Amino acid sequence: MMTIDDPARLGAETWDVVIAGGGNAALCAAIEAAETGARVLMLEGAPQPYRGGNSRHTRNFRCMHHGALGPLVETYDEEEFWQDLLRVTAGKTDEGLARHAIRTSAECLPWMQDHGVRFQPSLAGTLSLDRTNAFFLGGGKALVNAYYLTAQQLGVSVVYEAQVRHVGIEGARATHMQVEMAGQSVRVVGRTFVLASGGFQSDIDWLARAWGPSARNFLIRGTPYNRGVVLRDMLDQGAISVGDPTQCHAVAIDGRAPQFDGGIVTRLDCVPFSIVVNRDGQRFYDEGEDVWPKRYAIWGRLVAAQPDQVGYSIIDSRSIDLFMPSVYPPIAADSIAELAGKLGLPVDALSATVAGFNAACRPGDFHPQELDGLATEGLDPPKTNWARPIEKPPFYAYSLRPGVTFTYLGLKVDQRARATGPDGPYDNIWSAGEMMAGSILGQGYLAGFGMTIGTVFGRIAGQEAAAHVS
Amino acid sequence: MSLDVTLQTDPGAISTDPIQEARRQIEICNACRYCEGFCSVFPAITRDKVFASGDITQLANLCHNCRGCYYACQYTAPHEFDLNLPRALAAARVDSWERFAWPGGLARLFQSRGEALAVAMVMGFALMFLIIAALPGEGAGFYAWLGHSAMVAIFLPAFLLPLAAIAIGLRKYWREVGGQRISVADVKEALLSAAQLRNLSGGQGQGCNFEKAEAFSDARRHCHQAVMYGFLLCFAATSAGTVLHYVFAMPAPYGFWSLPKLLGVPGGILLVIGCAGLLVLRAKADPDLGAPGRASGERGFIWLLGLTGLSGLLLYALGGTALTGVMLALHLGSVLALFLLTPYSKMAHGFYRLAALIREAQDARARG
Ligand SMILES: Cc1cc2nc3c(=O)[nH]c(=O)nc-3n(C[C@H](O)[C@H](O)[C@H](O)COP(=O)(O)OP(=O)(O)OC[C@H]3O[C@@H](n4cnc5c(N)ncnc54)[C@H](O)[C@@H]3O)c2cc1C
Ligand code: SF4
Ligand code: SF4
Repeated sequence: MMTIDDPARLGAETWDVVIAGGGNAALCAAIEAAETGARVLMLEGAPQPYRGGNSRHTRNFRCMHHGALGPLVETYDEEEFWQDLLRVTAGKTDEGLARHAIRTSAECLPWMQDHGVRFQPSLAGTLSLDRTNAFFLGGGKALVNAYYLTAQQLGVSVVYEAQVRHVGIEGARATHMQVEMAGQSVRVVGRTFVLASGGFQSDIDWLARAWGPSARNFLIRGTPYNRGVVLRDMLDQGAISVGDPTQCHAVAIDGRAPQFDGGIVTRLDCVPFSIVVNRDGQRFYDEGEDVWPKRYAIWGRLVAAQPDQVGYSIIDSRSIDLFMPSVYPPIAADSIAELAGKLGLPVDALSATVAGFNAACRPGDFHPQELDGLATEGLDPPKTNWARPIEKPPFYAYSLRPGVTFTYLGLKVDQRARATGPDGPYDNIWSAGEMMAGSILGQGYLAGFGMTIGTVFGRIAGQEAAAHVS
Repeated sequence: MSLDVTLQTDPGAISTDPIQEARRQIEICNACRYCEGFCSVFPAITRDKVFASGDITQLANLCHNCRGCYYACQYTAPHEFDLNLPRALAAARVDSWERFAWPGGLARLFQSRGEALAVAMVMGFALMFLIIAALPGEGAGFYAWLGHSAMVAIFLPAFLLPLAAIAIGLRKYWREVGGQRISVADVKEALLSAAQLRNLSGGQGQGCNFEKAEAFSDARRHCHQAVMYGFLLCFAATSAGTVLHYVFAMPAPYGFWSLPKLLGVPGGILLVIGCAGLLVLRAKADPDLGAPGRASGERGFIWLLGLTGLSGLLLYALGGTALTGVMLALHLGSVLALFLLTPYSKMAHGFYRLAALIREAQDARARG
């Protein structure tokens, strides 16, 4: 691989395949295209240490298989995969594309291994995923590194800190990309173009326009470089979109997480064993509705709907050892009043809420690992499992905020990953990854499916673009 | 059930204290766990939620600085979490060796000025041997140069005293990490792991990320194997010589087809090749991923070890020539320096590593 840092060289030749983005989807496209002998250019908007977008934060991908495959055990067949997808998206998916992604996922695993990706058994605490999700050894950044090395061996040219601003299109054909690099605007001419530059969640203004002003209080779990610039440019030129433009996938994370790039470690697992109150010291939802892996995604929205978009999860000393600790230490106090003071919550309101909750708890057996049916009585909203009085000091609290994973709006593609313009499919523009995932994930999320979509359609886009050139 | 959460640190609070900084990073890793398959450090981390100082010391001594977890980490600088686990654990590790070393200050001195000290000691001792040799004496072969009793008078304490110092250090280690009574199974498990340098294999035999950044390589594992087995062969050769001398009354010199030579010559060659390789790899590796401020000590130690092997081989090759005396003085000088520096140089890591592996075998069995 050549890392290009001279704008003049970049604009001086006609590339076979020009790729916008530097994450999983872009890399899969680059590798496939380069393997056919095409001259491939990857434009990564981020600086080298941050290359790889949200893909560097991932840990696994979801994969169909019959019998043991790599780290995966037993069988996960097309139908079960499809039913899982149908459930989380409530039908908001394109069955043709989705089934295509599911079927192709099986052959992706060996392909990934052949191109340097290593897998490991499912991580401690994630045993429930060992049949459906294949974990990357070292996580997504190790995967990204492996692909960059492979791309290097295949002669792919990479430019870091190269922001694609505009895709030049005449009729149904793209002619060039306008790229900002080293303070200059460079016209990069190519025969085919692959757009794999992710969603728009890091453009907070856009997020606020789409979701509402409360989005300004959201934290972004992944890269600050996915600002939807290419997506916006394409939509402005009449490209057909899919996915709800107002929605994003948000989970509840620790409120002290960094504004960007906090990744996996900012998650909080304490909610089911706690009561969650808002800024006014009031509860607003059943914390014990279901086990946490099935509920953490709705809590992003729940917290987003509260004043100032914050929540506070409160437990007592009996529950502190029941969940994976947050990476942030809990706020501790010897009384509820003191805790309220430390959190800046109204003391009386919080004391009344805790007292009301405690009074509504009923005797019974508490089983942290299963739905124990230990529910409150006469409380609104109820807590339907793990309702145990919060009474044994010290008391602990964690703050919660919505953490955005990705946005749903994307480009409409066909089964060959070709993007669609106002007059039908473009001649030479393909899209892959988060940028077109809205076609398949219209709402909700299925753990590990983002990387599956990126791998499947990234590879197709690379193959198709290369075939178009030759 | 309760948990001492006061031990927990803020992930953003970067510390200059080696233990505290390692704790901060380990807590981030425990919330992440992506590196679980690289080595035994991560599975050991997941057994706990908070980490006392002894836990940090144990984890630090389990780490081999293979660097897999650095290149795979999404939180390395410029990210505000500034993860660099290989460096944090290396800093906590050398800090623990220096704390446990007896007498204390010597280790720190060697680590910061290792190369100069190693050269000075070798030269000093070599000179001493030349002077002793000049004194009137009797004997055949090497003992013509340096009497056997003089050798024993110098080397026996030079061998035993450092071992005693190491034993004191290991006791302190065992107490700090909360070690239990040691069983045969623990030792077997630890030796097996050490014999294969299992943890340098990257978890899947792809090797480590020492000198090639994010690309994997087995070079360091192979060089380290050469050094370890080379050293053990040389040690065995010396032991064989001792046994021949005392039990069978067969004093040196020995011919090629004798046990000391059959063990010592390949041992010396392995040692020299391994040390040279390690020095080359070190020069290519990123110093920011190793223990801060200890590069001189680590290089000095490798030079010393390599020189011991090389001077031994040359001594054999030049046997009977006019250079024998000088070569012998140099060889004995480096052996003596190596012995005496054992508790204070990187040599100590072998002992602590083994202790850490034994402790890990215990802990994995008890709580795995
Ligand atoms: C914390 C976290 C954990 C996740 N865990 C998982 C998981 O375990 N499994 C899973 O399947 N999914 C996971 N996801 C979702 C997953 O990250 C995405 O689905 C996937 O990475 C999308 O890949 P991509 O290549 O389309 O986008 P990205 O990997 O985000 O890559 C987009 C690239 O485009 C570049 N870019 C953006 N704008 C421009 C521009 N204008 N010009 C040039 N380049 C530009 C960016 O720098 C980046 O390199 C996770 C997401 C987050 C945030
Ligand atoms: S080194 Fe980084 S990627 Fe690896 S476990 Fe620790 S935090 Fe996670
Ligand atoms: S440097 Fe290697 S041995 Fe040390 S913790 Fe990281 S992966 Fe494990």
